Amino acid sequence: MRAGSLPRYLLQRLLLVIPMILVLLTLVFFLLRVAPGDPVTATLGDRLPQEAIDARRAQLGLDRPLIVQFFEYLGQVATLNFGEAISDNQPILGVVRDNGGATLTLTLGAFLFALLVGIPLGRLAGRRRDSAGDVVIRIFGVVSYAAPVFFVGLLMQMWLARPLGLPTSGIASPRVMFTVSAEPITHILLVDAILQGNWAATGDILVHHVLPCLALGLLLCGIFIRLVRVNLLQTLQADYVEAARARGIPEKQVVKKHAFRNALVPVVTVIGLQVALTLSGAVLTEKTFNWPGLGFKLLQYIEVRDYIAVQGIVTFIALLVVVMSLVVDVVNALIDPRVRYQ
Amino acid sequence: MRRLLAPVRATTGTARWLLVAGMLIVALFVVFALFADWIAPFGFNQTTGADGIKFEKLSPPGGAHLFGVNDLFFDVYSRVVWGARTALLVVLLSVLISVVLGVALGLLSGYVGGWLDRTLVLVMDAVYALPSLLLAIVFAFLLRGTLGSGVAAAALSLTVIYLPQYFRVVRNTTVSAREATYVEAARAFGASNTTIMGRYLFSNVIQSVPVIGTLNAADAISTLAALGFLGLGIQPNEASEWGFDLSRAMDDAASGIWWTGLFPGLAIVLLVTGLTLVGEGLNETVNPTLRKRRFAKVEMSEPAGRTDPLGVPAGVGATPAGVAVEPVADWGPESGEEAAR
Repeated sequence: MRAGSLPRYLLQRLLLVIPMILVLLTLVFFLLRVAPGDPVTATLGDRLPQEAIDARRAQLGLDRPLIVQFFEYLGQVATLNFGEAISDNQPILGVVRDNGGATLTLTLGAFLFALLVGIPLGRLAGRRRDSAGDVVIRIFGVVSYAAPVFFVGLLMQMWLARPLGLPTSGIASPRVMFTVSAEPITHILLVDAILQGNWAATGDILVHHVLPCLALGLLLCGIFIRLVRVNLLQTLQADYVEAARARGIPEKQVVKKHAFRNALVPVVTVIGLQVALTLSGAVLTEKTFNWPGLGFKLLQYIEVRDYIAVQGIVTFIALLVVVMSLVVDVVNALIDPRVRYQ
Repeated sequence: MRRLLAPVRATTGTARWLLVAGMLIVALFVVFALFADWIAPFGFNQTTGADGIKFEKLSPPGGAHLFGVNDLFFDVYSRVVWGARTALLVVLLSVLISVVLGVALGLLSGYVGGWLDRTLVLVMDAVYALPSLLLAIVFAFLLRGTLGSGVAAAALSLTVIYLPQYFRVVRNTTVSAREATYVEAARAFGASNTTIMGRYLFSNVIQSVPVIGTLNAADAISTLAALGFLGLGIQPNEASEWGFDLSRAMDDAASGIWWTGLFPGLAIVLLVTGLTLVGEGLNETVNPTLRKRRFAKVEMSEPAGRTDPLGVPAGVGATPAGVAVEPVADWGPESGEEAAR
């Protein structure tokens, strides 16, 4: 395969992923197992007598050498088995399926808001550098990134929810939650409500999305503003933009056709890089709005000190981040041939 | 002091304005942190006044309590002031530890190379790939058993997040600097590996660290608050922490009590904004692709006898007749007008 060809790049990138995943899994496993005390005692220690704990440990195979457990863990992850929570005996894959959907719709909604607001604002700021508008937009960008999601959420709950009549807790009203999740199709509540043709429920779920998506979206919005602004500033100084100006093309066209489009290329990369940040923000948003997502579940397991469940969820998130970065790199290589040659 | 203000002098217009604003905000919080004992009217975990009477729970701002009292009988204003000390202390500690470890490991990895380099790069990349808050949560969760939930545990949980960044930057700079002529020359003179790393590479590699440090400090403040909000940070009896106070305030919000959450939240926003502005300002002065320089004024028809900066009399030699170009490096406020493009 020729250097710079797409298949060759894909193969290289795929080969790089394998050691990365192995290192991540090793890190996650040993971090959570080196911790003092074993998982069963940590979770159930104050509730069960010693014999029961020993029996439970033997049952889970936790009395075997660590290295044996490690290889078993690797084998399990290879078949997408993330173990079973000690505290409530739930398989983690089921937890991911039941709660991942809520996190997915939350983060997608936030991204949508951030892109729709952030890119035009960033373009405006970059286009008129150092104007009053630029300064206001930049400060908005910095502050919206600086404001913690939970503080923004708190302000919204105090001053925005009541006047607008928006809910501040959960992904749906209890009734809707009950009826829609009774017959799960995709396990993504919003999609299920639509597929079931239950429009009242869909509306209810959408209304519940507004504030959480807005809170998380504001955080991401600041990033896009900064990114588009800086990229536009840099492309506006490029030689080909200068050449376009020299040819007498109106400035408006230069910005639109020559500079702005090229300034958008790194946005794709950054969307990929922001997956990790978005997940961090999602954990906080979910806690703030009692959102039944994966982060909310993770925090619940942390509270009961369920090491196996924490390990399972963290493993899943680690895999997700690696896969997403792979996807973004591939998309990037498709858009921008220069990437393939690096 | 001159060095401290150098970035301010190097910027112009809006960039300078934003940088100065950021510096002032940070300075305010540094003052809070250093002189909390004098500025705060009460201790961070004080619940009774000097007269021995317990503060009125959730009393609104006013009177002896500028920002009111929260649900744990703490004076909100005092908690905000003391919180500055906690935040800056934790962030300083975590950034310092990650700089020291990151620079040392990066230098070693980049200079020695081989399997050590490959392993370290892989591990650091893996750590960097994980969501930072998740990493901090896991570490806070793990450290709670051994180190408790004080300043040290919080600082260490944050260190893990930032270590890979310093490692990466320093390692990459070291790899490229290792082959530079001046290092080769040093080696030819018989300098030992430690001398080369300590004297030649270190001073060249260290330059990009302050910018990352400031931006990381901003991020660390939010992450610390996030940990506190999730109940995995510093507990209220150990020190005052804004994130924890905000988590308590969530329950107050529904009942119309705004002062318990608003003030600690604003403190976080202000400090993070200030640090970000300083970090970005530094970045713009260090990163020439973003810099907008103050160009020197080009004067036509120079009076005879005046010399251009190269010491060549005007009208003689390479410079076009009568045109004197002032040195671009001299961008003091008095030197010439600002050229927009």
